[in-house]
Amino acid sequence: MVIKTEDLSKHYILGVETVKALDGVDLEIATGEFVAVMGPSGSGKSTFMNLIGCLDTPTAGNYWLNGGQVSNLSEDELARVRNQEIGFVFQTFNLLPRATALHNVELPLIYAGVGVKERRERAEEKLSLVGLGDRMGHRPPELSGGQRQRVAVARALINEPALLLADEPTGNLDSTTGKDIMKVFVDLNAQGQTIVIVTHENDIAEYAERQVHLLDGLIDKDFRNEDREI
Amino acid sequence: MLIKEILWVALGAIRANLLRSFLTALGIIIGVSAVIAMVALGEGAQRRVEDQISRMGTNVLTIRAGQRMFGGVSTGDTEDLTVEDAEALRDQSPGLLTISPEISSRAQVAYLRWNSNNQIRGVWPEYFGMYNLELEHGAFFDQGHVQGRRRVAVLGHSVPETLGTPATILIGKTIQIRGQPFEVLGILTEKGEAGFNRPDEEVFVPTSTAQYRVFGGRNRLSSIFAQVASQDLMDRAFGEIDATLRREHRVRPGEAVDFSVRNSSDLIATFNETNETFALLLAGIAGISLIVGGIGIMNIMLVSVTERTREIGVRKALGATRGAILFQFLIEALVLCVMGGVIGVLAGVGGAMAISRFAEWNTAISPQSIVMALAFSAGIGLFFGLWPAQRAAKLNPIDALRYE
Ligand SMILES: Nc1ncnc2c1ncn2[C@@H]1O[C@H](COP(=O)(O)OP(=O)(O)OP(=O)(O)O)[C@@H](O)[C@H]1O
Ligand SMILES: [Mg+2]
Repeated sequence: MVIKTEDLSKHYILGVETVKALDGVDLEIATGEFVAVMGPSGSGKSTFMNLIGCLDTPTAGNYWLNGGQVSNLSEDELARVRNQEIGFVFQTFNLLPRATALHNVELPLIYAGVGVKERRERAEEKLSLVGLGDRMGHRPPELSGGQRQRVAVARALINEPALLLADEPTGNLDSTTGKDIMKVFVDLNAQGQTIVIVTHENDIAEYAERQVHLLDGLIDKDFRNEDREI
Repeated sequence: MLIKEILWVALGAIRANLLRSFLTALGIIIGVSAVIAMVALGEGAQRRVEDQISRMGTNVLTIRAGQRMFGGVSTGDTEDLTVEDAEALRDQSPGLLTISPEISSRAQVAYLRWNSNNQIRGVWPEYFGMYNLELEHGAFFDQGHVQGRRRVAVLGHSVPETLGTPATILIGKTIQIRGQPFEVLGILTEKGEAGFNRPDEEVFVPTSTAQYRVFGGRNRLSSIFAQVASQDLMDRAFGEIDATLRREHRVRPGEAVDFSVRNSSDLIATFNETNETFALLLAGIAGISLIVGGIGIMNIMLVSVTERTREIGVRKALGATRGAILFQFLIEALVLCVMGGVIGVLAGVGGAMAISRFAEWNTAISPQSIVMALAFSAGIGLFFGLWPAQRAAKLNPIDALRYE
């Protein structure tokens, strides 16, 4: 089991009103699964992703990552978990604009304390894996949206994370480019990578083998994809 | 390797906003260059004073004849200082290192067809040591010459020139002082001004010779100089002079004395104090400008943290710890300040050199002030960078990532 959540909740208190962004989610995701989280806008998808990605902390409930309880980790331990166990791909890429593609991909290794030579080799390897072997010295403004997202995927993979998370990775891409990125995910999953993506597009969700639907901070539906596109 | 990344990022951030970084560092630059230049000026003035002290004699007391006072009323008759007084001080006051009587007046000095009017000083050989006068050529006269009332003279540095003859040629030659023949024994090195005296233009002869052969049997001395071993012994020396001269002049205890004793280094001590106050004031102003510069740094670092909130979020999402983020912004502030410090040191050194060249003020650039200025600007960077860096480090990753 890569992920196990129990009554996972995130409530925002705004004055007298309480926004229940996530209101008690129980979910298990096994190693090697490819899950698409779906639901209408404001249903709590991003909130859920940020919690399981250790970018945010729940207001209630428990969360085990790889069998380890995450809820009571310190700030520095969470940083280590983000660095080692999780690879995150954002809708808006979130690359450092002044750094080259190679440097962007190296970044997690820098915080992991990996030496220069190994860093370079591993970053080059991941960039080649996502098909950007010939763009390593380019900076994000010199890359297309699809290429930027590939850099972000390479960066997310650099530390061989147990869990690859992507919050609307195709949201800022046209449909063909989006499908190219999805093919990268499918390949990775075929090699055993556990992946969770958020999307509200059905044809993107179809790439996943399982769909979890959220509604008002709760799990609405959870089912396997019968007619999965490959 | 993390430190390399951090330095790279810091330099990148400074380079990306070069003009802003420069304007921010300007406070530090001005502060540091002011410190360096001011300290250099102060140090230069200090050296000048020290020179002055050595020329005016170190720890030399001047004794002059004064009016005899009786019940607050001058009785009119003044008691002269005599060579016997000087001898008594020499023999009976162990607290005084050396003694020299002095009798002086201006007189005509002539050599061949040249002549000039110079200050003639009748002194003992001890006088030269007391005032740190050194020989360039020849020799000093000694006690033998004093005892024998010998007609010998030691000339100040510029006297040979006024007599139109090179110093080396003048040694051993006979010059005329008020018509009397004197053998030139030695020429002094250049001294410059010493208080009101210009030793370079003076002619030194034995006291006895001056009294009996130049000034026509005058017994009255102009003054007596007494050198004391150290500043600490001044009080004791004053006491001994008082006791000895009271005995010599038969002034009863309780009665007012008929002479005055003055410490020539008092004036210099006062000057030094003023100088120190001045330096302190300048240091204060420089310190304030550095603090103002530091506040500028803090301000711009806060702006930088705000501008780069998303970057901080990305780095945190990728595994940067609080410490790594703190360190990154601290280093950026430090680099900014130290760069400002280095530019400030260069500007300060340049400024000090320009001042000494164009305003002809003495300056002395002290390495300590450079080290201190750099250390201080680094300290400012750390101090004023800490709060913005902490703000960056404490950001919640998701809030930072969402920041618009
Ligand atoms: N920082 C916050 N403060 C208050 N409410 C918040 C905050 N973040 C999210 N919410 C609320 O929580 C709910 C869930 O938000 P979330 O971003 O998870 O939705 P989502 O499913 O990702 O939507 P979308 O598809 O539009 O991205 C929303 O109603 C949102 O208004
Ligand atoms: Mg969302």
